[in-house]
Amino acid sequence: MGQVEMGQNAVSETITAGAGNADGSALSARGINKSFGSLVVAADVAINLPAGVRYALIGPNGAGKTTLINLLTGMLRPDAGRIFLGSDDITALPPEARVQRGLVRTYQINSLFPQLSALEAVTLAVCERRRIARTWWRPLTAYTEDIDEAHGILATLNLAAVCYRPTRELAYGQQRLLEIALALATRPKVLLLDEPAAGVPREESRDLFAAIAGLSRDITVLFIEHDMELVFRFASRILVLVGGRVLVEGTPAEIAADERVRAVYLGKEHGAPRHG
Amino acid sequence: MTSDSIAAAARETAPAGARDFLRGQIRWRWSEIVFWLATLLPFVLAPDYLVLASQVAISALFALSLDLILGFSGIVSLGHAAYFGVGAYTAGLISVWGWGEPLTGLVVAGIAAGLVGYVTSFVIARFRHLALIMITLGFGLLLQEAANSAGWLTGGFNGLQGIHTWPLLGKFEFDLYGYTAYAYALAGLFLIFLVARRIIHSPFGLALRGIRENGARMPAIGAPTHSHIRTIYTIAAIIAGIAGAMLTQSTETVSLEALGFQRSADVLVMLILGGTGKLYGGIIGAVVYMVARDQFAGLNPQYWYFWIGLLLIAVVMFLPNGILGGLELLAESAKAQWAKSKWAKTP
Amino acid sequence: MPPVFGVLFDGIAYGMLLFLMSVGLSVTLGMMNFVNLAHCSFAMLGGYVTVTLMNALGWPFFATLPVAFIAGAVASIVLERLFFRRFYNSNELNQCLLTIGIVFVSIAAAAYIYGTDQQPMQLPPYLQGSIHFRGLDLAVYRLFLIAAAALITIVLVVTLEWTRFGAQVRAAVNNQRMARGLGIDVDTLFGFTFALGGGLAGLGGALAIAMLGLDPSFALTYLIYVLIVVSVGGLGSIAGSFAAAMLLGVADMAGEYYIPALSSVLIYLVMLVMIMWRPSGLFGRR
Ligand SMILES: Nc1ncnc2c1ncn2[C@@H]1O[C@H](COP(=O)(O)OP(=O)(O)OP(=O)(O)O)[C@@H](O)[C@H]1O
Ligand SMILES: [Mg+2]
Repeated sequence: MGQVEMGQNAVSETITAGAGNADGSALSARGINKSFGSLVVAADVAINLPAGVRYALIGPNGAGKTTLINLLTGMLRPDAGRIFLGSDDITALPPEARVQRGLVRTYQINSLFPQLSALEAVTLAVCERRRIARTWWRPLTAYTEDIDEAHGILATLNLAAVCYRPTRELAYGQQRLLEIALALATRPKVLLLDEPAAGVPREESRDLFAAIAGLSRDITVLFIEHDMELVFRFASRILVLVGGRVLVEGTPAEIAADERVRAVYLGKEHGAPRHG
Repeated sequence: MTSDSIAAAARETAPAGARDFLRGQIRWRWSEIVFWLATLLPFVLAPDYLVLASQVAISALFALSLDLILGFSGIVSLGHAAYFGVGAYTAGLISVWGWGEPLTGLVVAGIAAGLVGYVTSFVIARFRHLALIMITLGFGLLLQEAANSAGWLTGGFNGLQGIHTWPLLGKFEFDLYGYTAYAYALAGLFLIFLVARRIIHSPFGLALRGIRENGARMPAIGAPTHSHIRTIYTIAAIIAGIAGAMLTQSTETVSLEALGFQRSADVLVMLILGGTGKLYGGIIGAVVYMVARDQFAGLNPQYWYFWIGLLLIAVVMFLPNGILGGLELLAESAKAQWAKSKWAKTP
Repeated sequence: MPPVFGVLFDGIAYGMLLFLMSVGLSVTLGMMNFVNLAHCSFAMLGGYVTVTLMNALGWPFFATLPVAFIAGAVASIVLERLFFRRFYNSNELNQCLLTIGIVFVSIAAAAYIYGTDQQPMQLPPYLQGSIHFRGLDLAVYRLFLIAAAALITIVLVVTLEWTRFGAQVRAAVNNQRMARGLGIDVDTLFGFTFALGGGLAGLGGALAIAMLGLDPSFALTYLIYVLIVVSVGGLGSIAGSFAAAMLLGVADMAGEYYIPALSSVLIYLVMLVMIMWRPSGLFGRR
């Protein structure tokens, strides 16, 4: 149970879903615009995640990174633009329908279920995926496979020991992991991680990224991260967002060599205290 | 962690613990069994109070219905009496129109309240916070005014006249002493309690708790939040309607206060007093509230609400989880004390 | 006089009262997100203060108005310090329950002291009767109400738009965290705002007696109307509250005049539709 099998299911589905799409992109968006009043947070943004990529979205605070994730996952409605999951246009779908199709995100600021135990929370996500969360006439304990699966996911993230405790009693770092566990329980094809290591001590954030890197290659991953060392270590492509605009997009080598990136971003932020 | 070790950890299972943990939450406790046995005591110990006991059971059922949406799903309502009232008037009307059979009356009333609940749930599911409070309050008042205006149907201010309930199962008359009424209400409460218990321990019940804990997060795990809310709201409306119908049938009267703001406030007080989200909170609250009101029956209702007001303030300030929450705290600290003293004796 | 004008006139006078009674709640709700269902109890308090001073002590009507204002202000600031401030970070259900408790207590207290009857009140002679103007018959007291409320509104708007206090209140309504960050003492500010809102409600209650009557159920009856004004107008929006109060005042009067049997049904219906259509209110920001 868990990652390995999960991945294999996801493979075949990703391939069929992406089949109509010549470039094999898992998630793409174009012409995305969004303003809050007079503040433009997304200006004609285009993004394309090839299947299986490890994609970093970087940019200074307030660049609009979280907003872009909100737009891609349907938590916010773009003023203009289209979003494709594989070859399907998902622009009009509500957030939960996108999750059911495999587009899943985590939150920069923990957004969990304080009174539920970690096991219950992850079991809930599994039940929702399996469409049994509408069942009110059978006890939860009848669904042993789903409970086992939830437990398995928690175990892979080293949360098995604390999974019976209410979420609010977990240490901060464990709550960050639970964020990811919830996302994994939905069996994502495309996983958008919003600063998964935000507020986590540096040594722990390495482990956390190692765990992310260890995810099946069938899951396409986009992550936001301020620590350039981690970004260059784990990303295979990088997009730099500044003031709601795409500044540049390319491989780590291209980004590292780019003068504009040095000027607006790396020059200021590299080596600076990590953002929390 | 490498990908190999992740895979290995995934295969290694300790699920027996996980299943036991969840099963432990569902198991029937001794205190529950004792509680339900105790509900039979009024038949032998207080036969003079069976009428009151039947009204307590009906109020408890109504509070249980509110607990399903408020306590377990976090949907605040200041107008829950609307569904109680629809059930009450439906039962009254079919009796006035010539069909006084109680069980079918109950079913029809439940369906009517459920239909109203289902239609309104589409609105309810879209709102939270202050807007939701205003909408439920407004809907309750709207229905009350509408019932008042539609005097030709509801009897208006004077209430519905000429309700007669046939004997239960064709045998048991609804007597003056309330034997039949209490048996009827208690059986209804117990059966519906079993259903509610099943609901909250189901996957759906888990989803409801998820909505209560963090409704905004639910879509991000793929949950159709609105549809969940519509389902539980409809179920709660059906139960409220059944409670209303039971009141009409056992008292053979129904008036506007069946769907007034006061009733919505009363049931809220009962639930808060007993403790929300605990299944038994509404029942305990109903017992305390109704018995107290019976004791102070001589009191002018104005003054009764003085004490209710003070009680509300005191409960939200000092007893945020109600009587049951307070008892749990007491039990826990007693246990801790006991453990400490034992530890002190055995150095 | 054609009924349309009469209805309009009465509706505007009524709307002015509703505005005075609700503007404080709108601002405090917008600022601290605190659902204060006891707001109309302050209005009721103002009413009883005026009645008592006039009937028992023989004070002139106008002399009682500042006292009614002060009574509302003091009562609200006391409740704020004692109870409300502990619930700013609580959920809206707890806030509702706490303040409903206060409403119940206030109603019972009023009934205990004054009984449940309507309170008699004798307006000074120069506010009685009506004047004739171009064929219109205008009640003097309602004219006075409109003028007084308009004056208060202007003072209020000037205070909020042009003074330092007003700038701070607006900043706090807009974004409480940012206001704190700018070094505004939001807690003290909120105490003052609360007092101002409670005072205006007290004054509104005093002015309302001659038009709406006064008995202990006032705190609950007009609470509904105040809540409608606030939620339709939009939290924290003075212009919104004003527009909503006028709309509700005129609509209620018109309903009562033209279709008395269905008027309250219609009011609630319109309110529900408005909230569903624009949950953040006519002039709401969110
Ligand atoms: N709902 C909203 N309403 C108004 N403004 C918003 C809203 N959400 C975000 N903003 C603004 O949009 C801008 C971009 O915010 P966003 O959270 O996307 O930045 P970010 O790149 O994720 O920054 P960080 O690195 O700090 O997380 C910010 O100036 C923020 O204040
Ligand atoms: Mg962000």
